[in-house]
Amino acid sequence: METNYQLKRADFIFKNENDWKEVLKKNINRPPHELINELISSELKGRGGAGFPTGLKWKLSAEVKSDIKYVICNADEGEPGTFKDREILSLVPFKVLTAMAICGHVVGAKEGYIYLRGEYFFLKPELNKAISEFEHYCKEINLDFTIRIFMGSGAYICGEETALFESMEGKRGEPRNKPPYPAISGYMNKPTVINNVETLAHAYTIFTYGAKRFYDLGVQYSRGTKLFSVSGDTPKPGIYELELGMSLTDFVNDFGDGDTKAVQVGGASGFLVPRKRFAETTIGYEGKLIGISLPTGGSMMLFNSSRSMFNVLDNYLEFFREESCGQCTPCRVGCQQLLKGIKAVKTGEKNAQHLDKLLRLAETMQFTAKCGLGQSVANSFSSIVENFREEMIY
Amino acid sequence: MGKNIKITINGEVVEINEGTSILDAAHQVGVIIPTLCYHKDLCVAGNCRVCVVEVAGQKRLSPSCATPCEDGMEIYTNSVKVRNSRKHIIELLLSEHNADCTRCYKNGKCELQKLASDYKVMTDDFIPLVPFKHYTIDMFSPSIIKDDSKCIRCQRCVRTCAELQGVNALTVAYKGDQMKITTFFEKAMNEVVCTNCGQCIIHCPTGALVERNYIEEVWAAITDKTKHVIVQTAPAVRVALGEELGFEVGTRITGKMVAALKRLGFDTVMDTDFTADLTIMEEGTELLSRLKRALVDHDPEVKLPMATSCSPGWIKYIEHMYPDYLGHLSTCKSPQQMFGALAKTYYAQARNLRPENIVSVSIMPCTAKKFEANRPEMHDSGYRDVDYVLTTRELAIMIKQAGIDFMKLNDMKFDRLMGESTGAGVIFGATGGVMEAALRTAYELVTGREVPFEGLNILPVRGMEGVKEASVLIEKPLKEWSFLDGVTLKCVIAHGLVNAKKVMDSVISGEVNYHFIEIMACPGGCLGGGGQPIPTSPEIRAKRAAAIYAEDTGMPLRKSHVNPEVLKIYNDFLIKPLGEKSHHLLHTTYTARKRY
Amino acid sequence: MNTSATLVKNLADQYGRSRNNLLPILQGVVEQEKYLSESSMIEIARELDIPASEVYGTATFYSFLEHKKMGRYIIRICKTITCSMKGKNQVLLAIQDMLKIDVGETTPDGTFSLLQTNCLGFCHKAPTMLINNDVYTDLTPEKVRGILSQYLTKNKEGGQDGN
Repeated sequence: METNYQLKRADFIFKNENDWKEVLKKNINRPPHELINELISSELKGRGGAGFPTGLKWKLSAEVKSDIKYVICNADEGEPGTFKDREILSLVPFKVLTAMAICGHVVGAKEGYIYLRGEYFFLKPELNKAISEFEHYCKEINLDFTIRIFMGSGAYICGEETALFESMEGKRGEPRNKPPYPAISGYMNKPTVINNVETLAHAYTIFTYGAKRFYDLGVQYSRGTKLFSVSGDTPKPGIYELELGMSLTDFVNDFGDGDTKAVQVGGASGFLVPRKRFAETTIGYEGKLIGISLPTGGSMMLFNSSRSMFNVLDNYLEFFREESCGQCTPCRVGCQQLLKGIKAVKTGEKNAQHLDKLLRLAETMQFTAKCGLGQSVANSFSSIVENFREEMIY
Repeated sequence: MGKNIKITINGEVVEINEGTSILDAAHQVGVIIPTLCYHKDLCVAGNCRVCVVEVAGQKRLSPSCATPCEDGMEIYTNSVKVRNSRKHIIELLLSEHNADCTRCYKNGKCELQKLASDYKVMTDDFIPLVPFKHYTIDMFSPSIIKDDSKCIRCQRCVRTCAELQGVNALTVAYKGDQMKITTFFEKAMNEVVCTNCGQCIIHCPTGALVERNYIEEVWAAITDKTKHVIVQTAPAVRVALGEELGFEVGTRITGKMVAALKRLGFDTVMDTDFTADLTIMEEGTELLSRLKRALVDHDPEVKLPMATSCSPGWIKYIEHMYPDYLGHLSTCKSPQQMFGALAKTYYAQARNLRPENIVSVSIMPCTAKKFEANRPEMHDSGYRDVDYVLTTRELAIMIKQAGIDFMKLNDMKFDRLMGESTGAGVIFGATGGVMEAALRTAYELVTGREVPFEGLNILPVRGMEGVKEASVLIEKPLKEWSFLDGVTLKCVIAHGLVNAKKVMDSVISGEVNYHFIEIMACPGGCLGGGGQPIPTSPEIRAKRAAAIYAEDTGMPLRKSHVNPEVLKIYNDFLIKPLGEKSHHLLHTTYTARKRY
Repeated sequence: MNTSATLVKNLADQYGRSRNNLLPILQGVVEQEKYLSESSMIEIARELDIPASEVYGTATFYSFLEHKKMGRYIIRICKTITCSMKGKNQVLLAIQDMLKIDVGETTPDGTFSLLQTNCLGFCHKAPTMLINNDVYTDLTPEKVRGILSQYLTKNKEGGQDGN
């Protein structure tokens, strides 16, 4: 591996230096409020992309009175350019299971589910093996907590938490109206904590080493480390754990091929950052350009000068057109109009001013779509069209 | 409901119950927010996004139908952001919609068209998507036409079919740009479990779901000098037709309707109320005979409770969903079909008309009646008993086409022989009405006294509760009915097929022992039928019901068995209820159909 | 009872008959039969006591729940951004050329169906594809021809499914 570390690499997630059984036993004997405070003081934010404070999420659910509550691990990793959750589940599944059980202890839930995307079916046998070993140990220490895998069947939108509940309830994966929020009314209308795979893995780190160790990494508002899925025009595609708060220039220096034209931060629903803005862009939850957006986390796709940004956008929009659940107008029709619109401009059927109309449409989608999918189409659309307008026309 | 909270809407302070939606709160203070997927009869979907509003401090707009008010909320319903977004959404819907408005059956009655007009959508910024979708129009059902090119995916029809009717003929399928409203495996509407009730039609904001209309066929019959065109009008039509022709909801326009029908050129204008009264004679007698067989003969074959059979939506529902329970249905044809069978026999003979020259038309609040008239068994007169069924809406269209100034018409009376009715016949149009009419007659037949309810108004069977129970204790019956002495007649009434399911399931489970069940497929009964004026809502149905009961109260005769024309037909033609001729002309059989 | 009905009944026994179990049952049928036929959807509706239209509406939402007859091996090649950038089209052409079918089609002998799919989560090893549940990464036209040859051989030998 390269040695020029401008980027602060870290190795928590995939390191298996301690015994999950010890971590579990230690933590389920701690009072819930103490665990919540630990998580809150770590400032861990959701690693699925939306960045909601994890400690607060657990706290809200813990405060609701209900006989039945659920803990759900969101493993519906479908954002283009994201592949880190698969790696976590195949390499360190016990960290995720342990964090789920601790969460169950904190909020008062006895049932956990892993919603695993259909594309990752091949993970299921090994994961089930891990679960039975895990449950066996839970019984040994008298912890009443079960975990089941629920398989998805090829629908990106099910990564949206309320769509995921609908899917688990045997329905079309259509996002619900919010409020109510999952902490109050989630799966089966019961209080539900739903966390991304990586978030749970970080929670494990925090409950193993304490909040401070995590908090001391990263920068203000963006504490800790994050897994990045690096792909595209890079000599070393793969999964990397890095401290948050890095500048995109540093990232490209390390991962670029010397000819990086733009980086797509956060997958198809994230932002495209052109070369001229690398220096001013930091990767974290706050910054000049927030590079993380729902429903992804840590997708970094690099494009060099051989790539047509029109083709890139065309590919994204095809994706959204198909993967929109189709229920709300702005997303269902908006995606079709954006896609047909850029093609019409490219072929000259519409003049270049049509791009401005489409930018305004994208903004309306952001304001009015029912869920994160439709709202975030504008991220990539606007950042590509604004920065590479000439490529859209000629 | 929760505590009172204060919010502001466009700067005006409003005190409101916590949990009220922004949409309802706005309406309470006279601020109108446009909606499409929202409907008072249905659960909130929040998918069209037309009703978005701005809440101070939030970047994104909120769907007012699905967002509960919170204390201190500052809401703006007409900000620049809201107006721009709303217009965009309307433009998007139009780009996905076959906006060939002048050739649309719903032209002038379309909610999307109205929004386009209100917001003056005059640009064509967006690319028309319809040409890419390869739509076909489903015209296979005799009742309902489904044109996906006009569908805006609001899912009102899907929710209607599931929530009000429990039929689920329609579903949402696929996702993304392929998402559509369709049936199981995209079969035609006539091939799936559909009751033809038409509730989807009256809940559809556009022309995607409309009735199959027979207006031109009826014009042709009227114009044909060799044909004698008889028209019958159902009870619920007279309390709703006015809505299409400029009258307030709940206005009774019976006399004007008769006058209009005559002006349209119908040769004879008579009343389905007459056969409603006749139905009571037949069905009441059938119920009493079933009770006798059960209580006196202890006949194990007799099926109780007996269920009404007036509503063709309900009939098709039970044929699909409970095919093993068809024996519980009264064998009586619906009033429409009794009328049709008699028009081409009894009336033809009395007026010396050749039945093959008679065209029998009915005006119905119902789309399922179109299917019913088309059933192969409905040919007992030797001809098709009812040739064309028009909905209330189609009649209104004909009246407009004919240039009739409806408001200025003088009242006229129905023609004789099958035009006399009682209040009992009229209330067939409301949920509980058949039950009330039956009780008025059956109780009196059995005891010789009027039903023990003040002014003949059997209030427990009225109203808009989904399932209503009533019981009547029979005391001191006439000698012939002595076996009913001390029997409490237990009745149940359901309207909306989702309630029919509740009743049927409780009957099947044996947890209740009813004698008589009235079921109407549509919410509110026929007055809320799928052929009635659009829109519909609980308030509108309540007003129509009030009009029906006012019509009943205002009639000199209010019991079916005193209808002089009913007495006459038994005297001259049918001889007696459940007699040989009745059996042949007025009763029918049912067909078990597939559940899936 | 036909085989579909038996399969559905067994799956319902295994998972339960509440609506929550609809997806596992649909997946179970697809696992066995590769697609959901009209009759299997009706059986599912019957077992779960839900409307058939709901089964159809739910199944068609999910791109892995096919309702048209599929081959024994379903090839799903990823068409999302990174795979497209890294030569997905050449791989796709190689498959089409070898199997003589277009995207959306099934070989006449019912061995292979060819579909495109969205991101498979192996962007660092693009281009990628699934054959049934097995992932193949870093594809090239040569590599994919080799993989398909193995399946053809396996199929001729009447061997086990590729799972």
